[in-house]
Amino acid sequence: MAGPSLMDSLFQRSLDDIIKGVRLCPPGTEPTFIAKSLDEIRREVKSTDRQTKAIALQKLTYLHSLHGVDMSWAAFQCVELSSSSAHSHKRIAYLAASLSFNPSTTDVILLLTHQLRKDLSSSSVHDVSLALSTLSSICNPDLSRDLTPELFTLLSSGKPFVRKKAIAAILRVFEQYPDAVRVCFKRVVENLETTDVGILSAVVGLFCELAVKEPRSYLPLAPEFYKILVDCRNNWILIKVLKIFAKLAPLEPRLGKRVVEPICEHMGRTGAKSLAFECMMTIVSSMSEYESAVKLAVGKVREFLLDDDPNLKYLGLQALTMVAQKHMWAVLENKELVVKALSDVDVNIKLEALRLVMSMVSEDNVMEICRILISHAQKSDPEFCNEILGYILFTCSRNFYEVICDFDWYVAFLGEMARIPHCQKGKEIETQLIDIGMRVKDARLELVDVARSLVIDPALLGNPFVHGVLAAAAWVSGEYVALSRNPFELVEALLQPRTSLLTPSVRSVYIQSAFKALIFCIWSYGKLNGDDASDPSALTELVAKCHLEGNSETVACESLSDTEVDNANMVIAGGQMSSASSRKYHLTKESLEGLVNLVGTNLGPLAGSDEVEIQERASNVLGFIELMKPELYGHLGHTEGNGMKGKLEASEVVKLMFDVFSEELGPVSLSAQEKVPLPDGLVLKENLSDLEAICSDVKFPLSTSFSLVHSQIMEKDTASSPECKEESGPSTESTSLLAEHRKRHGLYYLPSENKGTTFNDFPPAHEPKDKTIDEAEDLAKLTEESLIIKKKQNQVKPRPVVVKLDDGEGLNVAVEKSKVKTDLISGAVREVLLGNEATTSSSRSKSSNKSSKRREVDRIPESGNDIVNTAISERSNVGSGRRKHQTHLSSGKEKEQHDHKGKQKRDSRHHKHKSRQRADGAMNIPVQSPVIPDFLL
Amino acid sequence: MGIRFVLMVNKQGQTRLAQYYEYLNLEERRTLEGEIVRKCLARTEQQCSFVEHRNYKVVYRRYASLFFLVGVDNEENELAILEFIHLLVETMDRHFGNVCELDIMFHLEKAHFMLEEMVMNGCIVETSKSNILSPIQLMDKAS
Repeated sequence: MAGPSLMDSLFQRSLDDIIKGVRLCPPGTEPTFIAKSLDEIRREVKSTDRQTKAIALQKLTYLHSLHGVDMSWAAFQCVELSSSSAHSHKRIAYLAASLSFNPSTTDVILLLTHQLRKDLSSSSVHDVSLALSTLSSICNPDLSRDLTPELFTLLSSGKPFVRKKAIAAILRVFEQYPDAVRVCFKRVVENLETTDVGILSAVVGLFCELAVKEPRSYLPLAPEFYKILVDCRNNWILIKVLKIFAKLAPLEPRLGKRVVEPICEHMGRTGAKSLAFECMMTIVSSMSEYESAVKLAVGKVREFLLDDDPNLKYLGLQALTMVAQKHMWAVLENKELVVKALSDVDVNIKLEALRLVMSMVSEDNVMEICRILISHAQKSDPEFCNEILGYILFTCSRNFYEVICDFDWYVAFLGEMARIPHCQKGKEIETQLIDIGMRVKDARLELVDVARSLVIDPALLGNPFVHGVLAAAAWVSGEYVALSRNPFELVEALLQPRTSLLTPSVRSVYIQSAFKALIFCIWSYGKLNGDDASDPSALTELVAKCHLEGNSETVACESLSDTEVDNANMVIAGGQMSSASSRKYHLTKESLEGLVNLVGTNLGPLAGSDEVEIQERASNVLGFIELMKPELYGHLGHTEGNGMKGKLEASEVVKLMFDVFSEELGPVSLSAQEKVPLPDGLVLKENLSDLEAICSDVKFPLSTSFSLVHSQIMEKDTASSPECKEESGPSTESTSLLAEHRKRHGLYYLPSENKGTTFNDFPPAHEPKDKTIDEAEDLAKLTEESLIIKKKQNQVKPRPVVVKLDDGEGLNVAVEKSKVKTDLISGAVREVLLGNEATTSSSRSKSSNKSSKRREVDRIPESGNDIVNTAISERSNVGSGRRKHQTHLSSGKEKEQHDHKGKQKRDSRHHKHKSRQRADGAMNIPVQSPVIPDFLL
Repeated sequence: MGIRFVLMVNKQGQTRLAQYYEYLNLEERRTLEGEIVRKCLARTEQQCSFVEHRNYKVVYRRYASLFFLVGVDNEENELAILEFIHLLVETMDRHFGNVCELDIMFHLEKAHFMLEEMVMNGCIVETSKSNILSPIQLMDKAS
């Protein structure tokens, strides 16, 4: 194929041609046109003629930047063209490079090093400035390392035009190659003394960026910054200096005292809103202990709030949010303005106002605020309505429902929120309903009531947004069915025809909950008939009572299930509770029969459902009914002919199921599994992965409904009692197994992933619940560890107990990582500024250029010390300066020794120093005080 | 890094200039621009000029048919950025004489150089119009 010909150069289309061409394209043909142009460019860019190549690159850059065309393939051509002697070509090449190179992956950057170095030391300021801009946008560690010497020279260039750019570029170099700090920092600091606005702007901007990351290291420079704050009249620079002080002031109280006055002066004097705003923010964020200044700032905030300009209103609200953390009076003073802002035309302003309102929430006013907001939400557009709901949910649940005292109110409120037509926060409400159910025992009664009203309302089933809430409500009613006023009604509600509108996952929760309720009814009836037929309501009441008292359900059912002692208890309890007629419902033979029939007819068709989850659960229930029916009817009719064996068997199964369902779900810590010691000889990681591939399909459905399917199969296959008796053997075991399984695959029990996560998020519990598990000790151990239930709590407390964690629950500990580089920078900075040898060792073991680095290091500390000295002598107190000097000398010596010692040793020293510095955190001020007090005098 | 990116976008939402101060690949740029443009262009004159987007604050201002959008850190002073946008527009006005969308399209390079003079590495380094324009005028003379 012929290369680019003369024709290409002669008839090359210019950038203007391309731009016009794109604009003239009929709609839809633009991509074709661009593709065609790209083909041309590909040819042209290979041309040996620099002009042709330059224009090709120019066109490519245009297409890249405005039409998103990939130009990484032309990286090498950029490098080629950058060596052109024509400045205009160089520009094109460097612009293309800076717009398209990826600093971490474009490998031709390496080839650019030489050219950049050449241009950085060029005599033409424009070449230099071009190279600096390019460097700052494509900087990587190698480039930074190789070009540090050139930058060092430029930092004290006589031409301000170049110097300011060098300063701006050096920030990126510091980030990429922290060792450059050692070399260049002193020169950067010198630039703080300049009178040139451009340079000052650049250097203050640089320090502002550095101080944001690690302010402490820059405390010694406070005098310089102070001078700028007082003398400078350029708003851009003042804003940056204020930002620096906002970071420094909290570290050194005396500093705040000193700068607060000039800041207030600026705020009063300036006509520029930007500067006034910055002063305001500095005061409220970092100097909130100076009452008069804060008053002044809040006055200014009010001015902003009253202004017609929406920008100022917005910022005023932001500032107020910041004040609110420490000075609530400021918000109260402007309360009416904030509430007014809730109905602003601008959604951003509304949001800001909402945040502010939420920041005011406390235990005392949470109900009132929520009341106001919810009425506001009902009037707002859907989007903002959901914002409000989101904020309410977030604020109320923060830190384990910290602000909530009255859980009955909150639970009812959750139900109310779910009913708001625009509500799309179903997911969050769902989580909280279940969360509260598990964490707050005292709220369960009300929770069940709320859940009932949600489940029973046929209108809600049509709204897909509340399906999550309904799932939670159904789960709650099933799980705490013993607290239900009327389980019959509940079963009916759970099986109402409109449930067909639900998503399969939610519907299966409904079925499972109906199952739980059914089991509960049958079991209650069986118990009554067996033990205490005279008072049908007593039993339920008893169970309810047990719940109220905070006993675990298992305790309740165990106590009920055997012996006369318990029987006596029950009678007493029944007597006590008999007045609570509201909880009565009629548990008769007829009603139970009706219930069973209802369940049978409703679930019958579902056994053929396409959805596995529904089908499976429906079959479970139907199977159970099938198994129970003859027994039940027999039992109910008191047929004498019914063998003792059969009766026993039926109640056995019911009891088994009841045990299973009344096993309380306790909070489980995220780390619970890790806390279980691994038994000796148990190999978890070997070979099992192979097995999983084979077994997973088989195992899961089976274990999902562990005990049920098991017993069902047994029954159906053999229909004889001995097998069933065998079942009763594992029954206690199965309880724990199932509980264990539930814990692990919570997902399958309440098929919203929410529940799974709620589970995982749970803190480890308190005391292991005592259980009657003799077999399967390993499993038991597991269960005990994870399914822990809080012991009976003193219930007279005003605020119900909310189960909480011991170990770090929601704390994310991922901050460390990004810190490393900054630490390196600030370490180096400290070394230069303070002559502090503490961080010498941070000159890491990069052996490649170790010798050169050593030279630099040796050179720099002296000069670094010089700054400290000059700074100090300028502001008196030479004595302390000398002390500093001495420390430094000795540190130098120490360093010599270090270099001879083994690396390991150095490392350990490094740690020691590091820790010493950390520990010095507070002490640091005394260490640095030689510098600061001088300035304060 | 105070300023993360500067975008100029027309009424139709087409990007006319995009300068990023941190590396984003083409796909990321396209989605970011799309999201921001959608958010900002839908807003009315009566609403404030600040929009929060991901971890940026976007400060924008409309001049005739062009939107100037600047993405900044959370630490940045919004009002100062508004002034910066105004300064940028004034500088372009001075150079092009009542700048319009076409001026920027056909002189994209120059627009980038102006920006380069004003901002480096996300820091504002020059705020004097004549200082910003002098190298460009020199360049014009040379060619």
